[in-house]
Amino acid sequence: MMLQAAKRIASRSLTGQQRRLFAVSSQLLNISATSATVIDPSTNTATSTTSAAPWTSIDKFTNDLKFIQKQETLQAYRVMDHTGTVLNPEHDPNLSKDEVHKCYKGMVMLHTMDGILYEVQRQGRISFYMTHYGEEAMIGSAAALSPHDVVFGQYREAFMLVYRGFTIDEFVNQCFSNDLDYGKGRQMPVHYGSKRLNFQTISSPLGTQIPQAAGAAYALKMSGADACTLCFFGEGAASEGDFHAGLNMAATLRSPVIFFCRNNGFAISTPSAEQYKGDGIASRGIGYGIDTIRVDGNDIWAIYNATKAAREIAIKQQKPVLIEAMTYRIGHHSTSDDSTKYRDRKEVEERAQFDNPVTRLRRYLEQKNWWSQEEEDAYRKQVKKDVLASLSAAEKRKKPAIKQLFTDVYDELTPNLVEQQKELEELIKKYPEYYSLDEHVSS
Amino acid sequence: MLSLRKAISACSPYISQRGYAATAQQAMDGIQQGVAHSKLLKRDPEEAFRSPELAHMSASNIETRKMNLFQAVNDALSIALTTDDKAVVFGEDVSFGGVFRATSGLAEQFGRDRVFNTPLTEQGIAGFAVGMAAVGHTAIAEIQFADYIFPAFDQLVNEAAKYRYRSGNQFNVGGLTIRAPSSAVGHGGHYHSQSPEAFFAHCPGLKIVTPRSPIQAKGLLLASIRDRNPVIFFEPKILYRAAVEEVPTTDYELPLGKAEVLKKGTDVTVVGYGNQIYTLENAIQLAEKRLPGISCELIDLRTILPWDVETVVESVKKTGRLVIAHEAPKTAGVGAEVTSTVMEHCFLNLEAPIQRVCGWDTPFPLVFEKYYMPTMIRCFDAIKKAVEY
Repeated sequence: MMLQAAKRIASRSLTGQQRRLFAVSSQLLNISATSATVIDPSTNTATSTTSAAPWTSIDKFTNDLKFIQKQETLQAYRVMDHTGTVLNPEHDPNLSKDEVHKCYKGMVMLHTMDGILYEVQRQGRISFYMTHYGEEAMIGSAAALSPHDVVFGQYREAFMLVYRGFTIDEFVNQCFSNDLDYGKGRQMPVHYGSKRLNFQTISSPLGTQIPQAAGAAYALKMSGADACTLCFFGEGAASEGDFHAGLNMAATLRSPVIFFCRNNGFAISTPSAEQYKGDGIASRGIGYGIDTIRVDGNDIWAIYNATKAAREIAIKQQKPVLIEAMTYRIGHHSTSDDSTKYRDRKEVEERAQFDNPVTRLRRYLEQKNWWSQEEEDAYRKQVKKDVLASLSAAEKRKKPAIKQLFTDVYDELTPNLVEQQKELEELIKKYPEYYSLDEHVSS
Repeated sequence: MLSLRKAISACSPYISQRGYAATAQQAMDGIQQGVAHSKLLKRDPEEAFRSPELAHMSASNIETRKMNLFQAVNDALSIALTTDDKAVVFGEDVSFGGVFRATSGLAEQFGRDRVFNTPLTEQGIAGFAVGMAAVGHTAIAEIQFADYIFPAFDQLVNEAAKYRYRSGNQFNVGGLTIRAPSSAVGHGGHYHSQSPEAFFAHCPGLKIVTPRSPIQAKGLLLASIRDRNPVIFFEPKILYRAAVEEVPTTDYELPLGKAEVLKKGTDVTVVGYGNQIYTLENAIQLAEKRLPGISCELIDLRTILPWDVETVVESVKKTGRLVIAHEAPKTAGVGAEVTSTVMEHCFLNLEAPIQRVCGWDTPFPLVFEKYYMPTMIRCFDAIKKAVEY
C-alpha cells in the first residue's frame, strides 16, 4: 500500500526524466524480487517461495509505525552489598583465605602507593601521576584470569599488574624514568608494560587498544592457546571510533576478547551525561551481537564472577564479551587536574566514604574473621615502608643511557639514525656544559 | 539495466570519445610512452635475472612465469602464507579475491580463518593488525585504496610506529604489513588517486615501500612481510594489469632501504618511484634525443622510509644535477626531503638547482588529471633546465 501511494505521489510531482528513472528502478526491484518471491499485485505483499530469502518473511514486518524508544535500564550485577554481606550465598566465589588476602592486600598496596606517588608528584619529584581511588575492586578481574591471558589497558589498571606480581620497585622505576624502567625512560609515568606478565605497554591515545585486543585475541584463537585477551577502557574512551571498530570486528571475526569498561562517571571533567545518551556502554554491546553484562564496579566478587564467566564464554565459544563496571572516580583525573573545578567535593567524599570498594572487601574479610585491625595497621605500615624504600632507591638511580634515545625506533639503527646519533655525540662533546651527562648511565 | 545504460548513453553521446589518461598514449617525438613500451620490464626469462640482486638465482636455473603486478602480489602473499603458519591476510573484500584480484584464490587455498573479510573500518583493520602483530603473528592487512588509509592514521602513526620504542623493546609489531593500492589511475578523482607516502615518511618507526614492477612487487612485498618492523606497502594500482614481467616463481626477497640504479648516466641524476619511473624513462629518452650528448642516470628509490641516501648522493656527486619526480603534491612531499638531504651532502657538487617535478598543490582532480600529473614533458623540461642552467 505504502509503495503504491509513493508511486502515485511520485508520478504527480516528478519530471519526465525522473519518472523514467523511477520506472527503471522499480523494474530492477521486480527483477531481483521475482527470483525468490511472488508479488501479489493487488496487495503488493511478497510471499517467499524459498527459505533462502528470510528478509521477505511476513513476520519481519509490522503495520505499526513505531520508533523504538529507550529500553529498560540494564541492572548491575552485585554479589555483596556495601557492608560486605553476600546477598545470595550461591554467588559467593568462596575463594580461599589466601586468595582473598591476595586481592585485599593488592588493593591496599595500590591505594597506599597511589597516595605516596601522588604526593611525590606534588613535590615535583616525578612529572605526572594517575591514581586508582575508587576503582580498586577491579582487581577482581585480574583474579579471574589466567596468567596467559593478554591484557591491554588504558592507564588506570595498575591493579592488574599488582595482582600479577609487578613489584613496587618496577612501578616506581617506571614513574622515575630511571635506568631500570623497562620502557627506557621514553614514556610518561604510569605507562607501564610487562612482557613477563603479559601486560601490553600502555599508550596515551584513547581507545587504540580496543581493536588491538580484538586482533591479539584472534591470534590467540588461531594458535589454539587456552587464553583470551582482556581490554580495559573508560566510558569516555568508548566514544572513540576505535571502540566501534574493535567491538564490531571482534563480534564478526569471533575473537575471544573480554571488553572491560570502567564506567566511573567522568572523562576528565566531562560527566557521562555529556558522553552518551543511551543506557551506558553495556546497551551498545547487544547491538554488536556481543554477550554483555553490567556489574557493580565496587564489588570485587561481582567483577570476579562476571570476568570468570566471560573468560569461559570467550574461550569456549570463541567470541567477545562486554563487561561494564559501574564505579566512581574518587580521585582527580590526574595530577594535572583539579576535579573540584567541575564537581562537588561533598559528593566525592560521600562516595569515598559510603561506597568504598576497599572498605567493602575489608568488611567481607571481617565477617569471616580473616582480617583484624592489627593486621591492617601492620600491613599498611609495611607497604608504606616498602614504597618509600623503592622510592629512595629509584630516585638515586641514573637515567637511561643517552643512546637509548635512538634505539628501538626500528629493530636496528637505520643509517639516518646512526648519523643523527653521531651528530648529537659531537654536540655534547662540543658543548658539555649544556648537557647533564652525569644524570645518565654511560652505556 | 540495459535500458538504463542506453538511456544514459543517449544523454551523453560523447562519453565514449573522451580520452581518459589511462587510455593509450600517443607517440610524441617518436617516443612510445608508458609502461607498455618500457624497456625496464623483464619480458623474457633470462632478462628476469639480469640484476645483481637476482643474478644468484639464475645459476640454479629457476623458473619464471609471466605475471602482471596483481598476480605478483598474489604470488608473494601465497608464499608468505605457505612459509609462515602465523601469517594472515585480511581487509575489506579480500575473501573473494579483492577488488583488484590481488588476493584471489587465497581464501580457498589457505582457509577462511587465514584469509578473511573484515567489517568496513580502516582504523579497525589497522588496530586489529597491530594487535595480532603485538602477540607475534604476521598480519598482512589491506586498505582498499591508499586514499582511505587516513582513518587508520592514528593506529599507524601513534601505535604501530611507536610500539617497539615506547615499550623499550618489550613488545613490537614487526609482523605488521599494510598493503594499499595507491596513486593515479587515469580517472580516480580525489579519492582513488592519492599518493600519501609523505604523510607517513614523517613518522619514525614505519617503513614505506613502493614497487615499480611485478618482479619488484614480489621481492619487496616478501621482504616487507618478513621485515621486523611495521611496513606500509603502496602498490601503484595503474600497474596492476599494465605491468607484465617474467617473475621468478621461487621465494625471493629484494632488500628494503636500497634504491636501484636502473640506468647509468653522467650528466643528471633522475629519481622517482612507483609508476613515475616509466614517465621518467620516457623523459630521459626525450632528453637524450633532443639534447644530444647528455646522459641521464635513473634511480628507483623503492623504499621511501628509510630511503637510500647513499645511492642518491653518490650519483649526484658524479652528475652534479638532480631531478626528482613524484605524483604527490610538491609542498612537503618526498621530493622536499630528498632535495634538502642532497643539498646537505652535495653542496659543492651541485651545478644547478635541484628540480622537483610533482603534482600541483591541489587535491587530485578528475578531468584535469593530464595537467596535474608530472608527465613526460614536465619531467623532460626539468631535466633540460638542470642541464642548461
